[in-house]
Amino acid sequence: MIALEHVTVHAGAFTLRDLSLDIPAGSHTALMGRTGAGKTTLLEAVCGLRPVSAGQIRIGGRDVTTEPPGARGIGFVPQDGALFEHLTVRQHLAFALVVRRWAPGPITARVTELADWLGLDPLLDRRPHGLSGGEAQRVALGRALSFHPQLLCLDEPLSALDDDTRTEICSVLAEVRRRTGITVLHITHNRREAERLADRILLLRDGRIEPCPASS
Amino acid sequence: MNPEPASPPPSAPRGSDRVFHTCFALLGGTYILLLAATVVADAFYTSPAHLWRALQSPEIRHSIRLSLLSCSLTTLLSLWVAVPIGYLMTRLRFPGHALLDALLDIPIVLPPLVIGLSLLILFQFPPLRALERIIPITYAVPSVILAQFMVACAFAVRTMRATFEQISPRHEQVALTLGCSRSQAFWMVVLPSARRGVLTAATLAWARALGEFGPILVFSGATRMKTEVLPTTVFLELSVGNLEAAVAVSLLMVVAAVAVLLLIRAYGLNPVLNRPL
Repeated sequence: MIALEHVTVHAGAFTLRDLSLDIPAGSHTALMGRTGAGKTTLLEAVCGLRPVSAGQIRIGGRDVTTEPPGARGIGFVPQDGALFEHLTVRQHLAFALVVRRWAPGPITARVTELADWLGLDPLLDRRPHGLSGGEAQRVALGRALSFHPQLLCLDEPLSALDDDTRTEICSVLAEVRRRTGITVLHITHNRREAERLADRILLLRDGRIEPCPASS
Repeated sequence: MNPEPASPPPSAPRGSDRVFHTCFALLGGTYILLLAATVVADAFYTSPAHLWRALQSPEIRHSIRLSLLSCSLTTLLSLWVAVPIGYLMTRLRFPGHALLDALLDIPIVLPPLVIGLSLLILFQFPPLRALERIIPITYAVPSVILAQFMVACAFAVRTMRATFEQISPRHEQVALTLGCSRSQAFWMVVLPSARRGVLTAATLAWARALGEFGPILVFSGATRMKTEVLPTTVFLELSVGNLEAAVAVSLLMVVAAVAVLLLIRAYGLNPVLNRPL
């Protein structure tokens, strides 16, 4: 599904060199590693937010290495959600569909479906200011899923949440995968979170990706 | 048996806090008193009759009209330029970035008269002299706008830079993954998030333009009913000894400046004042 072939990415003075990775379709892959190991840099390269200086990135067999982020069909949920403060929850869920020039009818139907699914119905006319951490992450997730992406990239989406909310969003993520069968690449520091959600846990260490040793 | 409650950690006696705060309040209060006293002195020096008489004068009415028009045009021009400069300077790093950054601050640190003189010299060069044959600029109304723009725009650029620095690039990146082009991400996500900064930049540019005198005096002259704006009026009235009219016009400008400051405070964003010059 997602294949990184000998990819080299630069982030200032930091470089990830000659990195290869295969993520099977429909899998949930957790990528762990120490702070500064390059996990977010790698995720940004996959999403098209950081140029790749060598190698290829393929999604579903298609070479997307030089494609702009919006053409890759990737839903991205950053750590803080990065909600747009001037838009309501409804407008967040519709954002990608408006950009893609969907007709109003299908947009409304999709927004209703996502709101129902993610429990956002009572929040649809609210703005991000005042949403709880869990609510904000559900909105960010709904926004990322709205346009039926092939891949969902999660950059530590649960790291800023309290334990109860973390459990709640874990359940939502598991439900998302059960319903859509979407491929997920999930960056996390939390071993328990990774074990709960992922089929496969990888470790990015010293510029190499390797299977994460089982926890004791 | 309960143990004895632990004694509170030693702290500075409260009396010394009071002395410290009083000393600082006295030092700061002197300046605040001076500011308030000048405004009160202006207000007491003039009377409603003086103000009314000043507002009846055709010269002063022309000056008010030209000030409002030129300041509004300057504000629009400043935003037109400050938004793209602020955005590019925040988001891009390129060779000469620091030099360009310093260059953009020149109008803030340069003496106003020097700005006027530099504009006057610039318009002595052949291409601009040729332009003047088509559109009169020097000593005409466009020179007033250009002189105001030179200074006001620098403040608008500063404000917009600070505003865009406060907006995380992550928002834009998310918009890109959602299908936006760079331009769509700017118009749909970045600019709406920067709206308070845009309003602050506009009010600051307007206020700076209203108070601009030095560059206008040199580049536009002080011709009554032609290039006369409110600060020019104060200067001209003073030069003929009409102190009442000068104070009345000054008071009008004080009221306008206070209104702008209140507007900026109402929006709760004043990035320029939060950054060192």
